[in-house]
Parts: sequence; structure tokens; C-alpha cells
Amino acid sequence: MPQTVFAPWEDPGEKPLIQFRNVTKKFGDFTAIANIDLDIYGQEFFALLGPSGCGKTTLMRMLAGFEKPTSGQILLGGEDIVDTPPNKRPVNMMFQSYALFPHLSVWDNIAFGLRREGADKATIETRVADMIRLTRLDKFARRKPHQLSGGQRQRVALARSLAKAPKLLLLDEPLGALDRKLREETQFELMDIQEKTGTTFVIVTHDQEEAMTVASRVAVMDEGQLVQVATPDRIYETPNSVYVADFIGDVNIIEGAASQTGDKVLVSWAEGASPLVATTQALLQKDQKCFLAIRPEKITISAEEPEVANKVQGEILDIGYLGNISTYHVKLPTGHVIKASATNTRRIGRRAFTWEDKVWLSWTDTAAIVLER
Amino acid sequence: MRRLILIALPYLWLLALFLVPFLIVIKISLSDVALARPPYMPQLDLSAGLAGIKAFFSELDFENFFFLTTDELYWRAYLSSLKIALVSTLFTLAIGFPIAYGMASAPREWRPTLMMLVILPFWTSFLIRVYSWMGILSNTGLLNNFLMWTGIINEPLQIMNTEIAVYIGIVYTYLPFMILPVYSTLEKLDDSLLEAAEDLGCTRTSAFWRVTVPLSKPGIIAGCFLVFIPALGEFVIPSLLGGSQTLMIGKVLWEEFFNNRDWPVASAVAVVLLAILIIPIILFQRNEQKQREAEQ
Ligand SMILES: Nc1ncnc2c1ncn2[C@@H]1O[C@H](COP(=O)(O)OP(=O)(O)OP(=O)(O)O)[C@@H](O)[C@H]1O
Ligand SMILES: [Mg+2]
Repeated sequence: MPQTVFAPWEDPGEKPLIQFRNVTKKFGDFTAIANIDLDIYGQEFFALLGPSGCGKTTLMRMLAGFEKPTSGQILLGGEDIVDTPPNKRPVNMMFQSYALFPHLSVWDNIAFGLRREGADKATIETRVADMIRLTRLDKFARRKPHQLSGGQRQRVALARSLAKAPKLLLLDEPLGALDRKLREETQFELMDIQEKTGTTFVIVTHDQEEAMTVASRVAVMDEGQLVQVATPDRIYETPNSVYVADFIGDVNIIEGAASQTGDKVLVSWAEGASPLVATTQALLQKDQKCFLAIRPEKITISAEEPEVANKVQGEILDIGYLGNISTYHVKLPTGHVIKASATNTRRIGRRAFTWEDKVWLSWTDTAAIVLER
Repeated sequence: MRRLILIALPYLWLLALFLVPFLIVIKISLSDVALARPPYMPQLDLSAGLAGIKAFFSELDFENFFFLTTDELYWRAYLSSLKIALVSTLFTLAIGFPIAYGMASAPREWRPTLMMLVILPFWTSFLIRVYSWMGILSNTGLLNNFLMWTGIINEPLQIMNTEIAVYIGIVYTYLPFMILPVYSTLEKLDDSLLEAAEDLGCTRTSAFWRVTVPLSKPGIIAGCFLVFIPALGEFVIPSLLGGSQTLMIGKVLWEEFFNNRDWPVASAVAVVLLAILIIPIILFQRNEQKQREAEQ
């Protein structure tokens, strides 16, 4: 049975739910968002990823209606919403600071939006009860926000923003205060809610793992610009720049000069070392500066010299033990330190390599990604 | 031990500066007026021993309190004071809240200056400020001169020596006591709460009523008590601005003490006034306590 993959961004006939067109936002003469073009489709789970201060919250606030773009258009379902006030937008936001009403109980906080809509009492009761069950707040419904833990407050904020069943839900770091286990559970719950309700989610996160888990697409931002927008696997496997490769996951970056023949590139990266080989679709000039990005898990570590396209010898400098895997930091004679990770199939006392061992690192010609910037 | 001293200190303070004087006032209120110095009896004569103390207590009675109920002047003065204090409190709130709101929404760097402007009047003597109001409100005062000059009125308005002048005086004097607590709660208000309210469907106005007002309630209540309690016993403003027709219990008390030299009746008036005030004072304390708990 052929499975249809959810990928509206690849269908040219599909209309995006949200469109940013040349959107710029300035605070005084500081540019927080620089000329962004972005399409987000209905029922997407769209993640914004980037370092602190890169403009994620600003982008969200423009969607919610709290900030007006300095220039450009924001379309929701084809209509320009730049001048629509927040209370008239079918958009709800979960605030980074939660912004729970301190004078209202958990129950009343969740019911707040429904009451403003003028929903009748029975509807409100069932809806709030649903939300409370969903976020597992049953025991706390009568409490005031200041009587809750950080994680519980976060759940109230989530429940409150979900209660009105908005077309678009904005989540600004929704899971920051949760412990790892609850966080993972909530991530799956969010995905579940998203699937059930068909709501479009835009989520801001600092945590790239979270973005990879929940998102249908990820946008990596830097200083007010979108560096790359793509599905999580494409972001990971084919980053378009050193910045993205470095931001998502662990990576080794080796700088060198290219010489291309067909789709093979030879990269001379150090005096006296044999060039490294990689495949690429790009066209590089002779001796153009380029970067090889190699994920640690794509590097094999061995005691004997292997028969592979790329191999270097070095000495183990450090071992990072993470339980399921170990990351070996290997120092090459050229001074480069390369990270290679290996699954811990044996118990720690019996592992094959230890500090100061001489080892070979090797990877295939398709393992490395050639980046021009 | 240190803890004990720390706890004892405020109690000693209260004992020395409130309870002891208050007991003395109660004692005087139970005495009889006398042409003597001090102008009441009995005096406690400890040299006569136990018999002296007995004689002293046997002469104390509630006569003065009964007297307060027989003359309608007193309860009318209490009622009129309550009315004036209540109305002035409402006016102070109506004027003070917008000022505090404006201050709290002003740019951060302006706020200390605005705060300064609110406190500035305290730098001149209270009496001088009340006297200047006489200069403004009297029939030949600034206000009437100005209004006649513009031609709005031909005859001077009689404001001086009416209750209106008293209201103006009280509202003017106690306005900072309303502004400051309200401002302090408004300033702490997190702007993202208003945004959340708007996000959930409130207009600006309904967000104000549903979020700003409930959250500034502790400040509003504190401000109201800070105005109401002293305004109830106020005597300088009604004596200087209110003329002879304005009846306020503070003024009655003053006259009883200094014009009639009837210390026992004056003390009885004071004791009843305090009894009336204790209710709002306790409510005020409860409000403060609740706010402190909420902030934890
Ligand atoms: N009201 C404002 N006035 C001036 N500068 C602002 C304002 N709001 C945001 N900025 C600036 O815009 C930039 C982007 O801010 P934004 O809050 O969008 O960052 P962010 O990506 O959400 O960061 P974080 O991950 O720390 O939440 C920051 O440099 C910030 O200082
Ligand atoms: Mg942010």
C-alpha cells in the first residue's frame, strides 16, 4: 500500500496557510528580522530553531499580532493580517513566560478565551475539562498559578492556548521547564494533539533534538535571517552551510581547497596529507575554498588500516562516554581533532580502544558533505 | 534571644506609643470634667494606698459616652465625617488611578521623575498648602477672579467655607497616598498578561477591566484605606476650608478639647472615633497580609 507522505511544500498547487513576504522588523535601528520570505502550510508542525536573540520570538509575535512588521506582508489564508489586532486573529500563542493570570485559578485561566468568545456554559465546561485531562492537570484545577510548579504552569499555558482550538498555534519554547522524560512525553502528546486537531503549530525551541522529533519542517535562523528551511532529515543530512551543520548535531568541519572531476571532489586539507574525497552535486572552481562536514557517527574507528576512500591516522585524546555510545576525540598529526562515535556494544571495561591508542579513522566518499560556506 | 528582642521591639513600640497613651485617653474619657489642672478628676492618689485606688475606680463611669448619645451634634458629626471621608476617597481614586496608570505606562526613564513630582508637595508644610487653597478658593481668590475675568460668571462662586472646599482640600492632600500604592501594583504588572488577554479575544478595554483592574486591586484597596482612615479624623482641612457649616468629628474633637476644655468628653469622642476606625484598619491589615502571601 503506497503511503502518502505529508509534504505540501513540495506540491506547487498547495496554498500555504501563512506567507511571509519580504518581512523586515526593526527596533530603532536594530534589525531583528531581515527581509524574510517563508511559507508555512496548513497542518504543519513547523519548528523555528536558532541561537538566543536571533529573532524567533519576534517572528512569532508578528504572527500573533503584537508586533507590526516594519515592512513586508504577512498573509494568513491568503489575507494580509498585518493590520488585524491580536483578538481578531484565529491564532493563539503560548508565551515564553507563560503569562498566566495570577488572579485566576487554573480552571478559569483555561476558560478565559472561551468566555470571551461567548461560548455557553456547558460548552465551556466540557472543553475546559478536556483540556485539563489532556494536560493532566486534574488535581490542580482549583489552584492559583503561584501554587504550581514550573512544569505545571507550562501545562496550564499550553492548555489555555489550545482551548480555543485555533487555526494556528504558536508555541514559544513550550517545553523548556520540563524534565527530560516529561518533555519527551509532552512532545509526543503535542504531535498527537496536532494530528487529532489538525491545528497548524509553529514552535520555537532551543533544543535541536526536540525540533527534529516533532517538526515536519525546521527553519534554522541566524541574526534575523532564515539560513535553511527543510525537513529534519534534510537539515541533518544535507545542511546548506557550515552554520547549519554545526548548529544541528555534532559535526567535524575540515577546511580545504577543492579540485573537482565529475561529481567527485578531492579536497586538499593539510600539507603532506593525501586529499580527502567526497561526492557533490555542486560545481566548485579549481582550488576554491570549501568545507567538509562529517558526522561523527559516519566515521569508523579501527586498529588496522582499512580499505576505504578516506582514512587518517591519529591518537585518541579523549573519550566521551554517553552510555549508549562513546565519542572518541582523535588528534591527527596535522593538529586537527576529529570526533568519531561508536556504539558501545561491549561493557565499558572491555572496550577496544583507550587513551593514547593509535587508531585509524575512515569514512566513505559519500559520508562527507561538501559545503561552500 | 536575638529573635526575642527583634519580636519584642515592635510590641514595645506599640505599647509605648499607642497602648499607653490610649489607656490614658480611655481613663480621661471615664472621668468628670473639673476646674483644675489637669481639667478632670479623679486623680490617682497612690499615697492613700489600696483605699485610694478603690476610691479612684469607684469614681470612673460611662457618663460621657451617654452624653454623646444625647446630643445629636455628635452622631451627626460622625455620620457627616463618614460621608465626607467616603466621598473624598472615591474622588481620590477616580483621579489617582488614571495618574498612577499614566505613570506606570510612561517610559521607564521618566518614572522616577514622575514619582518625584507626586511626592514633591510633601516638601512644603501641609498648613501652608491648605492656606494656599484659601487663596485660590475664596470669593476674591484666584479661581473666582479667573472665572469672572473670562466672563463665565458674574458673581463669585461660594466655594470657600462649604463642603466642596473640604472635598477639594482632602482630595488634594491625600492624592499621593492613593497614587503611590496603586502605581506600585500597576508597575509590577507584567505586560505579557495584557497581551495574553488580547490573544485570547479581549479588546484593549476589556483586557483593562479583566486583567489590569483585578491585579491592581490590592493597591486600590491599600490606597483607599490610606485616604479614608486619616480623612475620617481630619480637622485642619474642615476648620480652615469648611467654615462653620461643615461638621466633622475631628473638628468637634478639637473644639471640645481646646475651646470647651472638656477633656473627658473630647476623650470619649476620640475613643468612639477609634472604635469606628478599627474595622477599616483591620480590613486594611488583612488586605496587606493577603497581598504579601500572593507575592510569595
Ligand atoms: N521591543 C524590543 N525592543 C528592542 N529590541 C528588541 C525588542 N524585542 C526584541 N528585541 C531584540 O530583537 C532580537 C530578537 O529578539 P527575540 O526575542 O526575537 O529573540 P529570540 O530568538 O526569541 O531569543 P530567545 O531564544 O533568547 O528567546 C534581540 O536581539 C532582542 O534584543
Ligand atoms: Mg524568545
